[in-house]
Amino acid sequence: MSAGLLFASVGVILFALGAAGVLLIGHLLRRILAFNVMGSGAFLVLVGLAQRNGIADPVPQAMVLTGIVVAVAATALALALVRRLYALTGKIELPQDDEG
Amino acid sequence: MMVWLILLPLLWASFAFLLGRGRGVWLAMAGLLAQLWLAYTLAEEVVASGVAMHAVGGWGAPLGIDLVADGLSAAMLLLTQCIALPLAVYARAYFKRDDPAGTYFWPLVGFLLAGLNALFLSADLFNIYVTLELLGLAAVGLVAAGGGAQQITAALRYLFATLVGSGAYLLGVALIYGAYGTVSITTLTPLITAEAPDLVWIAGGLMMAGLMLKTALFPFHFWLPPAHGGAPAPVSALLSAVVVKASFYLILRLWIGPFSSLTVAASLVVWLPALLGTLAIFWGSYQAIRAERLKMLIAYSTVAQLGYLFLIFPLLASAGALQAGIMQAFAHGLAKAAMFMAAGALIKATGQDMVAGLAGVAERMPVTLFAFGLAGITLMGLPPSAGFLAKWQLIELALSQQHWIIAFVVLVGGLLAAVYVFRVLRQAFLLAPASSVMTPVPRMLEWTAFVMAAASILLGLRGVELMQLVGVT
Repeated sequence: MSAGLLFASVGVILFALGAAGVLLIGHLLRRILAFNVMGSGAFLVLVGLAQRNGIADPVPQAMVLTGIVVAVAATALALALVRRLYALTGKIELPQDDEG
Repeated sequence: MMVWLILLPLLWASFAFLLGRGRGVWLAMAGLLAQLWLAYTLAEEVVASGVAMHAVGGWGAPLGIDLVADGLSAAMLLLTQCIALPLAVYARAYFKRDDPAGTYFWPLVGFLLAGLNALFLSADLFNIYVTLELLGLAAVGLVAAGGGAQQITAALRYLFATLVGSGAYLLGVALIYGAYGTVSITTLTPLITAEAPDLVWIAGGLMMAGLMLKTALFPFHFWLPPAHGGAPAPVSALLSAVVVKASFYLILRLWIGPFSSLTVAASLVVWLPALLGTLAIFWGSYQAIRAERLKMLIAYSTVAQLGYLFLIFPLLASAGALQAGIMQAFAHGLAKAAMFMAAGALIKATGQDMVAGLAGVAERMPVTLFAFGLAGITLMGLPPSAGFLAKWQLIELALSQQHWIIAFVVLVGGLLAAVYVFRVLRQAFLLAPASSVMTPVPRMLEWTAFVMAAASILLGLRGVELMQLVGVT
């Protein structure tokens, strides 16, 4: 197994773990962390798969840089919202059912 | 010219932010007016001389970023600006000067529109990812703008849904890049053939699933009703009318573009979106019929109406299906914006948001109720509305290909829409209890809703031009 494929496989596993975390974990801070794990997994696949004969491809690296900026912005927004929710309700969890 | 469609909203949004709380209205208006003109000229240009292209900063596709406008993108751009301008007029009257919900309304709307316009003009998969995130983050900000616990909860739920959706999309892009070494849609289209490796199938599945989550297609609709039903009325209108359509547009674009040979190879795959769309129509309508709060009713109606968009996928092989889908997107966009605007005026006037509390509004606010009714006509698909045109075309195509089941679903969906629209109208025509008080609302709220609803009807008479525009590829 080449190094690139190894990176990509680890990336897929991280992505799956992170996605499961975002969907299943109730605690919002841990959920935000899970989202970051998920994003890192996708970045690893992007960089890992694109290696040709052991030479790194610069285009996906530029993409990952952009992706990291987006992930940071999303994390900041999520944290701000969680802080606000905590200030209002004193909980770091989403209520079970608020439809209706 | 295309660049200005993206730069203008970014510019006025940034200035509005610098000017401070609740300011920048006139800047936004001027910008929106210019954007509408730009979108209109772009559409004219596309009809006259085919697909328009622009290399940002003079750098072409492999190194730089290309912007491409074909008929489909030009139509979506036009729809977005057509809804945004009247909505801005409405929002100016809706938010009072010291309303906390309106504090950052203008900057966020500007960023949202910049993301939307960039999304419609993007020509490569990664650029689309970035615009999707821009759009999602701005939309979450707008949902949270009210600042109450309920809005924050809805915003967080929406944020996680949209992040998972774009995460799945990004993983798909990564796999595609790994397989072909490019993300340009035009380069990928001939490369992906029916014999593509399994990796590409997985990538396609991930991207489609992520985008369906963002479009709130059943069973991924769980985040939409609280987010759209809980936000201030101008925000709900914008989200329901155009934001969910953006990810639908992407599904359509990928489906008929890069993944077209995959979908032809697996003929059963085309029925999956149609099946989910059918379930969305029934489930969304059922929930709308049951909903107790007016805005929840309208939000569930969005879930149902989005279902129609996915009925076109088994029919895409024949000409006209694309046009039917875009016509439905226009009809629903204009009508749903009008409905949320009318609901906002009704809620402001009656001071509460239960359907049961609407008694007497027919007498006191006839214009608003008329707007709601007109929008309802489009949702039901009665002639001469744009909704009628879309549904008629859908039924005609379905029957010509012997897919009578689709025609049946469209007809039943129209009846179900009639049930929930008349539920509101019936309540509105009841006599008000003597004790009820209604606060007068600015005229502008009523008339902009009316203009939007009238547009959704009148578009039915100008359908040919729109279909001609969508046909340009």
